[in-house]
Amino acid sequence: MSYGAASWSFTSEDQSAIHQVLQRFLTDSQSKCAMVVDRSGQLVTTVGDQPRFDAQAFASLTAADFSANDQLARLIGETDFNTLFHQGERESMLLADVARRVILVVLFDNKTTLGLVKLKLKGTVEQLAQHFATIGTRPARPEPERRPLLGNVDEEIDKLFQ
Amino acid sequence: MSMINYASREINCKLVYYGPGLGGKTTNLEHVYKKVAPSTRGKLISLATETERTLFFDFLPVDLGTIRGFKTRFHLYTVPGQVYYNASRKLILKGVDGIVFVADSQVDRMEANAESMQNLYDNMAEYGYDLTKMPFVVQYNKRDLPNAAPIAELQAALNPGWEVTDTTRQRVTPDPYHAGENLVEQAPTGEWIERSTYFEAVAINGDGVFDTLRAVSKLVLKALS
Repeated sequence: MSYGAASWSFTSEDQSAIHQVLQRFLTDSQSKCAMVVDRSGQLVTTVGDQPRFDAQAFASLTAADFSANDQLARLIGETDFNTLFHQGERESMLLADVARRVILVVLFDNKTTLGLVKLKLKGTVEQLAQHFATIGTRPARPEPERRPLLGNVDEEIDKLFQ
Repeated sequence: MSMINYASREINCKLVYYGPGLGGKTTNLEHVYKKVAPSTRGKLISLATETERTLFFDFLPVDLGTIRGFKTRFHLYTVPGQVYYNASRKLILKGVDGIVFVADSQVDRMEANAESMQNLYDNMAEYGYDLTKMPFVVQYNKRDLPNAAPIAELQAALNPGWEVTDTTRQRVTPDPYHAGENLVEQAPTGEWIERSTYFEAVAINGDGVFDTLRAVSKLVLKALS
Protein backbone atom coordinates (compact mmCIF):
# COMPACT_ATOMS: atom_id res chain seq x y z
CA MET A 1 0.00 0.00 0.00
CA SER A 2 1.34 3.40 -0.88
CA TYR A 3 0.88 6.58 1.06
CA GLY A 4 0.98 10.13 -0.16
CA ALA A 5 -2.11 9.85 -2.30
CA ALA A 6 -5.75 9.16 -1.79
CA SER A 7 -6.52 5.47 -1.87
CA TRP A 8 -9.52 5.94 -4.10
CA SER A 9 -11.91 8.52 -5.46
CA PHE A 10 -15.57 8.73 -6.27
CA THR A 11 -16.64 10.92 -9.18
CA SER A 12 -19.94 12.47 -10.27
CA GLU A 13 -20.11 9.85 -13.03
CA ASP A 14 -19.70 7.08 -10.46
CA GLN A 15 -22.43 8.66 -8.39
CA SER A 16 -24.86 8.84 -11.34
CA ALA A 17 -24.25 5.22 -12.31
CA ILE A 18 -24.58 3.94 -8.75
CA HIS A 19 -27.63 6.05 -8.00
CA GLN A 20 -29.33 4.63 -11.09
CA VAL A 21 -28.74 1.06 -9.90
CA LEU A 22 -29.83 1.82 -6.35
CA GLN A 23 -32.89 3.82 -7.38
CA ARG A 24 -34.14 0.83 -9.36
CA PHE A 25 -33.40 -1.46 -6.42
CA LEU A 26 -35.34 0.75 -3.98
CA THR A 27 -38.36 0.78 -6.29
CA ASP A 28 -38.27 -2.97 -6.92
CA SER A 29 -37.69 -3.93 -3.28
CA GLN A 30 -39.90 -1.17 -1.83
CA SER A 31 -37.12 -0.22 0.56
CA LYS A 32 -36.69 3.27 1.98
CA CYS A 33 -33.05 4.06 1.74
CA ALA A 34 -29.77 2.62 0.47
CA MET A 35 -26.37 3.81 1.66
CA VAL A 36 -22.93 2.92 0.40
CA VAL A 37 -20.23 2.93 3.08
CA ASP A 38 -16.57 2.16 2.50
CA ARG A 39 -14.81 -0.46 4.58
CA SER A 40 -13.03 2.14 6.68
CA GLY A 41 -16.37 3.64 7.75
CA GLN A 42 -16.76 6.60 5.40
CA LEU A 43 -20.12 7.33 3.87
CA VAL A 44 -19.86 7.33 0.08
CA THR A 45 -23.40 8.08 -1.03
CA THR A 46 -27.07 7.80 -0.06
CA VAL A 47 -30.12 7.15 -2.24
CA GLY A 48 -33.81 7.33 -1.28
CA ASP A 49 -35.18 8.91 1.90
CA GLN A 50 -32.46 11.05 3.42
CA PRO A 51 -31.64 9.72 6.90
CA ARG A 52 -32.78 11.79 9.86
CA PHE A 53 -30.00 10.37 12.02
CA ASP A 54 -26.26 11.13 12.13
CA ALA A 55 -25.19 9.46 8.89
CA GLN A 56 -21.44 9.74 9.64
CA ALA A 57 -21.79 7.94 12.95
CA PHE A 58 -24.07 5.41 11.32
CA ALA A 59 -21.47 4.72 8.60
CA SER A 60 -18.64 4.21 11.09
CA LEU A 61 -20.73 1.79 13.15
CA THR A 62 -21.78 -0.07 10.02
CA ALA A 63 -18.17 -0.68 9.00
CA ALA A 64 -17.27 -1.75 12.54
CA ASP A 65 -20.27 -4.07 12.64
CA PHE A 66 -19.22 -5.68 9.38
CA SER A 67 -15.57 -5.99 10.39
CA ALA A 68 -16.46 -7.54 13.75
CA ASN A 69 -18.75 -10.03 12.03
CA ASP A 70 -16.02 -10.91 9.53
CA GLN A 71 -13.83 -11.91 12.44
CA LEU A 72 -16.66 -13.87 14.04
CA ALA A 73 -17.12 -15.70 10.74
CA ARG A 74 -13.46 -16.66 10.68
CA LEU A 75 -13.63 -17.97 14.22
CA ILE A 76 -16.31 -20.45 13.18
CA GLY A 77 -14.46 -21.43 10.02
CA GLU A 78 -16.22 -19.22 7.44
CA THR A 79 -14.32 -16.71 5.30
CA ASP A 80 -16.90 -13.98 5.95
CA PHE A 81 -20.60 -13.26 6.32
CA ASN A 82 -21.48 -11.47 3.12
CA THR A 83 -24.84 -10.21 4.40
CA LEU A 84 -26.02 -9.19 7.85
CA PHE A 85 -29.60 -8.58 8.92
CA HIS A 86 -30.77 -6.53 11.89
CA GLN A 87 -34.47 -6.65 12.61
CA GLY A 88 -36.34 -3.95 14.48
CA GLU A 89 -39.99 -3.57 15.39
CA ARG A 90 -40.69 -1.10 12.58
CA GLU A 91 -37.37 -0.52 10.82
CA SER A 92 -34.88 -3.16 9.75
CA MET A 93 -31.58 -3.12 7.96
CA LEU A 94 -29.77 -5.45 5.65
CA LEU A 95 -26.06 -5.04 5.02
CA ALA A 96 -24.25 -6.61 2.09
CA ASP A 97 -20.61 -6.80 1.14
CA VAL A 98 -19.82 -5.38 -2.30
CA ALA A 99 -16.57 -6.65 -3.82
CA ARG A 100 -14.80 -6.53 -0.40
CA ARG A 101 -14.56 -2.79 -0.99
CA VAL A 102 -17.77 -1.19 0.22
CA ILE A 103 -20.88 -2.13 2.17
CA LEU A 104 -24.41 -1.61 0.88
CA VAL A 105 -26.80 -0.78 3.71
CA VAL A 106 -30.52 -1.07 3.01
CA LEU A 107 -33.11 0.40 5.38
CA PHE A 108 -36.66 -0.82 5.06
CA ASP A 109 -39.87 -0.96 7.07
CA ASN A 110 -42.98 -3.12 7.31
CA LYS A 111 -44.19 -2.05 3.85
CA THR A 112 -41.94 -4.71 2.36
CA THR A 113 -40.54 -8.07 3.40
CA LEU A 114 -37.06 -9.38 4.05
CA GLY A 115 -37.61 -11.97 1.33
CA LEU A 116 -38.32 -9.38 -1.35
CA VAL A 117 -35.41 -7.18 -0.29
CA LYS A 118 -33.03 -10.15 -0.36
CA LEU A 119 -34.36 -11.30 -3.71
CA LYS A 120 -33.67 -7.94 -5.33
CA LEU A 121 -30.41 -7.44 -3.47
CA LYS A 122 -28.44 -10.17 -5.21
CA GLY A 123 -28.51 -8.65 -8.71
CA THR A 124 -27.95 -5.17 -7.31
CA VAL A 125 -24.83 -6.26 -5.44
CA GLU A 126 -23.48 -7.86 -8.62
CA GLN A 127 -24.00 -4.65 -10.59
CA LEU A 128 -22.43 -2.54 -7.85
CA ALA A 129 -19.50 -4.96 -7.61
CA GLN A 130 -18.72 -4.35 -11.28
CA HIS A 131 -18.76 -0.57 -10.78
CA PHE A 132 -16.59 -0.71 -7.67
CA ALA A 133 -14.15 -3.15 -9.24
CA THR A 134 -13.59 -0.56 -11.99
CA ILE A 135 -13.28 2.27 -9.46
CA GLY A 136 -10.75 0.20 -7.53
CA THR A 137 -8.45 -0.38 -10.47
CA ARG A 138 -8.15 3.18 -11.73
CA PRO A 139 -5.91 5.88 -10.27
CA ALA A 140 -7.31 7.64 -7.20
CA ARG A 141 -7.48 10.88 -9.14
CA PRO A 142 -9.30 10.74 -12.46
CA GLU A 143 -7.68 12.43 -15.46
CA PRO A 144 -9.34 15.89 -15.27
CA GLU A 145 -8.44 16.11 -11.59
CA ARG A 146 -4.79 15.06 -11.87
CA ARG A 147 -3.44 18.53 -11.09
CA PRO A 148 -2.11 18.78 -7.54
CA LEU A 149 -5.24 18.72 -5.44
CA LEU A 150 -3.85 20.34 -2.35
CA GLY A 151 -0.48 21.42 -3.66
CA ASN A 152 0.99 24.63 -2.23
CA VAL A 153 -1.84 25.06 0.20
CA ASP A 154 0.20 25.15 3.42
CA GLU A 155 -1.35 28.47 4.28
CA GLU A 156 -4.88 27.18 3.73
CA ILE A 157 -4.14 24.13 5.86
CA ASP A 158 -2.82 26.40 8.63
CA LYS A 159 -5.98 28.50 8.44
CA LEU A 160 -8.10 25.44 9.12
CA PHE A 161 -6.69 25.36 12.64
CA GLN A 162 -6.96 29.02 13.58
CA MET B 1 -7.93 4.85 3.32
CA SER B 2 -8.55 8.45 2.38
CA MET B 3 -11.34 8.97 -0.09
CA ILE B 4 -11.76 11.95 -2.39
CA ASN B 5 -15.44 12.26 -3.15
CA TYR B 6 -15.63 14.49 -6.23
CA ALA B 7 -19.40 14.06 -6.32
CA SER B 8 -19.94 15.65 -2.89
CA ARG B 9 -16.65 17.62 -2.95
CA GLU B 10 -15.37 16.02 0.24
CA ILE B 11 -12.07 14.60 1.41
CA ASN B 12 -12.49 12.04 4.17
CA CYS B 13 -9.55 10.89 6.27
CA LYS B 14 -9.29 8.49 9.19
CA LEU B 15 -7.13 9.23 12.25
CA VAL B 16 -6.60 6.65 14.96
CA TYR B 17 -5.48 7.38 18.53
CA TYR B 18 -3.52 4.35 19.75
CA GLY B 19 -1.79 3.59 23.02
CA PRO B 20 -1.89 1.73 26.33
CA GLY B 21 -5.01 1.47 28.47
CA LEU B 22 -5.91 4.52 30.58
CA GLY B 23 -3.35 6.61 28.70
CA GLY B 24 -5.81 9.34 27.68
CA LYS B 25 -6.96 8.48 24.14
CA THR B 26 -10.65 8.93 24.91
CA THR B 27 -9.83 12.07 26.91
CA ASN B 28 -8.23 13.56 23.77
CA LEU B 29 -11.43 12.99 21.80
CA GLU B 30 -13.62 14.27 24.60
CA HIS B 31 -11.65 17.51 24.70
CA VAL B 32 -11.92 17.98 20.93
CA TYR B 33 -15.65 17.29 21.19
CA LYS B 34 -16.05 19.92 23.94
CA LYS B 35 -14.04 22.61 22.21
CA VAL B 36 -15.08 22.31 18.57
CA ALA B 37 -18.21 24.18 17.47
CA PRO B 38 -21.20 21.81 17.33
CA SER B 39 -21.78 22.83 13.70
CA THR B 40 -18.41 21.39 12.70
CA ARG B 41 -18.50 18.09 14.50
CA GLY B 42 -20.78 15.09 14.75
CA LYS B 43 -21.73 13.00 17.73
CA LEU B 44 -19.09 11.41 19.93
CA ILE B 45 -19.87 7.72 19.75
CA SER B 46 -18.37 5.57 22.50
CA LEU B 47 -18.60 1.81 22.51
CA ALA B 48 -17.52 1.34 26.09
CA THR B 49 -18.01 -1.07 28.98
CA GLU B 50 -20.17 -0.17 31.97
CA THR B 51 -17.05 1.12 33.69
CA GLU B 52 -16.37 3.45 30.74
CA ARG B 53 -13.38 1.50 29.47
CA THR B 54 -13.34 1.53 25.68
CA LEU B 55 -14.64 -1.80 24.42
CA PHE B 56 -14.47 -1.31 20.66
CA PHE B 57 -13.81 2.32 19.79
CA ASP B 58 -14.74 5.97 20.26
CA PHE B 59 -15.59 7.90 17.12
CA LEU B 60 -15.82 11.61 16.42
CA PRO B 61 -16.16 13.16 12.97
CA VAL B 62 -14.77 16.72 12.68
CA ASP B 63 -15.06 19.07 9.71
CA LEU B 64 -11.92 21.14 9.55
CA GLY B 65 -13.06 23.49 6.81
CA THR B 66 -12.68 23.81 3.07
CA ILE B 67 -9.56 23.58 0.94
CA ARG B 68 -9.78 24.22 -2.79
CA GLY B 69 -13.52 23.71 -2.64
CA PHE B 70 -13.27 20.37 -0.86
CA LYS B 71 -14.76 19.95 2.59
CA THR B 72 -12.10 18.21 4.72
CA ARG B 73 -13.61 15.79 7.19
CA PHE B 74 -11.51 13.88 9.69
CA HIS B 75 -12.84 10.78 11.36
CA LEU B 76 -11.18 10.45 14.78
CA TYR B 77 -11.11 6.99 16.33
CA THR B 78 -9.63 5.60 19.52
CA VAL B 79 -8.88 1.93 20.10
CA PRO B 80 -9.33 -0.04 23.31
CA GLY B 81 -5.97 0.10 25.08
CA GLN B 82 -6.32 -3.05 27.12
CA VAL B 83 -4.24 -5.94 25.82
CA TYR B 84 -7.29 -8.23 25.99
CA TYR B 85 -9.03 -6.38 23.15
CA ASN B 86 -6.43 -6.81 20.44
CA ALA B 87 -8.87 -8.32 17.93
CA SER B 88 -11.14 -5.28 17.98
CA ARG B 89 -8.17 -2.90 18.19
CA LYS B 90 -6.77 -4.28 14.96
CA LEU B 91 -10.06 -3.79 13.12
CA ILE B 92 -10.03 -0.06 13.79
CA LEU B 93 -6.68 0.31 12.00
CA LYS B 94 -8.24 -0.76 8.72
CA GLY B 95 -7.96 2.08 6.23
CA VAL B 96 -6.14 4.42 8.63
CA ASP B 97 -4.56 7.60 7.20
CA GLY B 98 -2.78 8.93 10.27
CA ILE B 99 -1.90 7.74 13.77
CA VAL B 100 -1.44 9.44 17.13
CA PHE B 101 0.26 7.29 19.73
CA VAL B 102 -0.85 8.51 23.17
CA ALA B 103 1.79 7.42 25.66
CA ASP B 104 1.32 7.58 29.43
CA SER B 105 4.29 9.53 30.77
CA GLN B 106 4.30 7.86 34.19
CA VAL B 107 7.46 5.88 34.89
CA ASP B 108 5.53 2.80 35.94
CA ARG B 109 3.69 2.76 32.58
CA MET B 110 6.85 2.53 30.49
CA GLU B 111 6.43 -1.18 29.91
CA ALA B 112 2.77 -0.78 28.93
CA ASN B 113 3.77 2.00 26.50
CA ALA B 114 6.48 -0.10 24.89
CA GLU B 115 4.18 -3.11 24.63
CA SER B 116 1.47 -1.02 22.99
CA MET B 117 3.93 0.56 20.53
CA GLN B 118 5.17 -2.89 19.53
CA ASN B 119 1.57 -4.04 19.19
CA LEU B 120 0.87 -1.07 16.89
CA TYR B 121 3.81 -1.96 14.62
CA ASP B 122 2.69 -5.60 14.57
CA ASN B 123 -0.95 -4.84 13.80
CA MET B 124 0.00 -2.37 11.08
CA ALA B 125 2.34 -4.92 9.53
CA GLU B 126 -0.47 -7.46 9.41
CA TYR B 127 -2.38 -5.08 7.12
CA GLY B 128 0.77 -4.48 5.09
CA TYR B 129 1.06 -0.89 6.35
CA ASP B 130 4.45 0.60 7.17
CA LEU B 131 4.19 2.94 10.12
CA THR B 132 7.43 4.70 9.21
CA LYS B 133 5.94 5.80 5.88
CA MET B 134 2.73 7.33 7.09
CA PRO B 135 1.60 10.36 9.11
CA PHE B 136 2.46 9.45 12.68
CA VAL B 137 2.72 11.63 15.80
CA VAL B 138 3.56 10.69 19.39
CA GLN B 139 1.87 12.41 22.31
CA TYR B 140 3.36 12.15 25.80
CA ASN B 141 0.34 12.60 28.03
CA LYS B 142 0.02 13.24 31.79
CA ARG B 143 3.03 15.56 31.88
CA ASP B 144 1.60 17.17 35.02
CA LEU B 145 2.04 14.07 37.17
CA PRO B 146 4.96 14.00 39.62
CA ASN B 147 6.10 10.56 38.43
CA ALA B 148 6.25 11.57 34.76
CA ALA B 149 9.44 10.32 33.10
CA PRO B 150 11.73 12.87 31.41
CA ILE B 151 10.98 13.42 27.71
CA ALA B 152 14.47 12.23 26.73
CA GLU B 153 13.80 8.86 28.36
CA LEU B 154 10.39 8.52 26.72
CA GLN B 155 11.84 9.46 23.34
CA ALA B 156 14.65 6.92 23.70
CA ALA B 157 12.20 4.17 24.62
CA LEU B 158 9.26 4.89 22.33
CA ASN B 159 10.47 7.11 19.50
CA PRO B 160 14.14 6.21 18.92
CA GLY B 161 13.74 6.60 15.15
CA TRP B 162 14.29 4.41 12.15
CA GLU B 163 17.05 4.37 9.57
CA VAL B 164 16.57 6.49 6.44
CA THR B 165 17.97 4.58 3.49
CA ASP B 166 16.50 6.83 0.75
CA THR B 167 19.45 9.12 -0.07
CA THR B 168 17.14 11.94 -1.25
CA ARG B 169 15.77 12.16 2.27
CA GLN B 170 19.15 12.07 4.01
CA ARG B 171 19.28 15.72 4.99
CA VAL B 172 18.84 17.45 8.31
CA THR B 173 15.16 18.28 8.79
CA PRO B 174 14.34 20.46 11.79
CA ASP B 175 11.39 19.57 13.97
CA PRO B 176 9.01 22.51 13.38
CA TYR B 177 7.55 22.09 16.86
CA HIS B 178 10.79 21.88 18.90
CA ALA B 179 13.53 24.45 18.34
CA GLY B 180 16.98 22.90 18.15
CA GLU B 181 15.69 19.38 17.52
CA ASN B 182 15.60 17.50 14.24
CA LEU B 183 13.20 14.99 12.77
CA VAL B 184 15.86 13.68 10.38
CA GLU B 185 19.53 13.76 11.32
CA GLN B 186 22.74 11.81 11.07
CA ALA B 187 23.61 9.72 14.11
CA PRO B 188 27.19 9.84 15.50
CA THR B 189 27.61 6.34 14.06
CA GLY B 190 26.97 7.66 10.55
CA GLU B 191 23.51 6.36 9.67
CA TRP B 192 20.60 8.72 9.03
CA ILE B 193 17.72 8.50 11.49
CA GLU B 194 14.17 9.80 11.28
CA ARG B 195 11.83 10.24 14.22
CA SER B 196 8.18 11.13 14.52
CA THR B 197 7.33 14.50 15.89
CA TYR B 198 6.07 14.50 19.46
CA PHE B 199 3.97 16.63 21.78
CA GLU B 200 3.70 16.96 25.53
CA ALA B 201 0.15 16.95 26.82
CA VAL B 202 -2.14 17.08 29.79
CA ALA B 203 -5.19 15.91 27.89
CA ILE B 204 -7.51 16.20 30.87
CA ASN B 205 -6.93 19.99 30.82
CA GLY B 206 -6.77 20.10 27.03
CA ASP B 207 -3.06 21.00 26.97
CA GLY B 208 -1.43 19.69 23.81
CA VAL B 209 -4.60 18.09 22.45
CA PHE B 210 -5.12 20.46 19.53
CA ASP B 211 -1.37 20.78 18.86
CA THR B 212 -1.29 17.03 18.35
CA LEU B 213 -4.42 16.96 16.19
CA ARG B 214 -3.21 19.89 14.11
CA ALA B 215 0.16 18.26 13.46
CA VAL B 216 -1.17 14.88 12.41
CA SER B 217 -3.95 16.42 10.28
CA LYS B 218 -1.42 18.57 8.45
CA LEU B 219 0.74 15.54 7.78
CA VAL B 220 -2.27 13.67 6.37
CA LEU B 221 -3.35 16.57 4.15
CA LYS B 222 0.20 17.11 2.93
CA ALA B 223 0.46 13.42 2.09
CA LEU B 224 -2.61 13.89 -0.08
CA SER B 225 -1.29 16.96 -1.87
